[in-house]
Amino acid sequence: MVENTGISDIVKDENLVYQKTKVLTDKVMHYCPGCGHGTAHRLIAEVIEEMDIQAGTIGVTPVGCAVLMYNYLDIDMQEAAHGRAPAVATAIKRLMPDKYVFTYQGDGDLAAIGTAETIHACNRGENIAVFFINNGIYGMTGGQMAPTTLSGMKSSTSPYGRDVQMMGNPLKMTELVAQLPGTWYVTRQAVHTPASVRKAKKAIRQAFENQKLKKGLSLVEIVSNCNSGWKMSPVEANKWMVENMFPFYPPGDIKLEGKMVGKE
Amino acid sequence: MAKSKGSIIVDKERCKGCEICVLACPTGVISLAREVNSKGYHFAYMENPEACTGCTNCAVVCPDGVITVYRKKVNA
Ligand SMILES: Cc1ncc(C[n+]2csc(CCOP(=O)(O)OP(=O)(O)O)c2C)c(N)n1
Ligand code: SF4
Ligand code: SF4
Ligand code: SF4
Ligand SMILES: [Mg+2]
Repeated sequence: MVENTGISDIVKDENLVYQKTKVLTDKVMHYCPGCGHGTAHRLIAEVIEEMDIQAGTIGVTPVGCAVLMYNYLDIDMQEAAHGRAPAVATAIKRLMPDKYVFTYQGDGDLAAIGTAETIHACNRGENIAVFFINNGIYGMTGGQMAPTTLSGMKSSTSPYGRDVQMMGNPLKMTELVAQLPGTWYVTRQAVHTPASVRKAKKAIRQAFENQKLKKGLSLVEIVSNCNSGWKMSPVEANKWMVENMFPFYPPGDIKLEGKMVGKE
Repeated sequence: MAKSKGSIIVDKERCKGCEICVLACPTGVISLAREVNSKGYHFAYMENPEACTGCTNCAVVCPDGVITVYRKKVNA
């Protein structure tokens, strides 16, 4: 029997350096093994704990695999209809401007059915944070092609790979909304390695901090895996993501303090 | 020279055996057990506990947040 009790002279309260944040509940997340949604949830929860804003934060959850996010974060959360999270978050923020308000949305939610809500919330410059989990697919419903599905990428509705002549081009929503005057901070991150997780957490923190400035919307895309939908093991899926998703969706900052990166 | 020694505790019933932590560990501490937890997952454990430095990399990438890390300074 393998017991996970650790090394007894090290496992002591005074030596504790990392434990699950209390802002995450003790419920076991329903996500598939290795799914980036779990990591992204934890980072948001850790930032809320570190900023000490658990009572002052309201999250808006999507339709998609993260639909049950409200079970996992011990904060006030409101479920929105599919794609409508930025509209719901707009109302919440306008009624309660001192609250920290964020949406958490998949690519099907944010870049397909919710395209209008996303673009208009960004263009209006709502003082909210949008966390966009892009796994290039409709994970929850069985791995159908999304607007974000890569050219040539297989999905249950593009079994021979996405043919852009017939099915259109993949959509870079993050670059698109960065063009709008209402966005203040736009960045693309990932959560597959320790270094990427630490960077993504800084970006999430920035998106929360920015709400104090009232200068516009912050959007953090997290390029993630859907290992079940991609029909790979978690480790293979992360490798595939680096090799195939990153060339089209390169991690990095796109807009900082209202200015496009690399442009004066 | 002061070095760090670490130890992790994996909540084995909540671990989903995704193996992400195994790849994230720079010193090869973690493996998946041959046995499974009650959900049927091969859970992560310290196969080489002596090599753990307490760097927290494994805990930082665990999608299910099931790793707790301890670290203390030792004189080598
Ligand atoms: C109005 C409406 N249309 C369609 C659906 C079916 N539906 C549920 S989740 C989903 C897409 C989810 O994909 P994504 O937002 O990328 O989330 P993921 O599961 O990949 O994280 C769809 C189309 C729905 N629930 N409601
Ligand atoms: S179906 Fe995909 S997105 Fe949904 S939990 Fe599984 S791996 Fe994650
Ligand atoms: S990353 Fe977490 S869930 Fe995955 S195998 Fe390691 S401890 Fe288990
Ligand atoms: S704390 Fe660092 S050295 Fe120890 S098991 Fe985790 S990744 Fe490996
Ligand atoms: Mg998706």
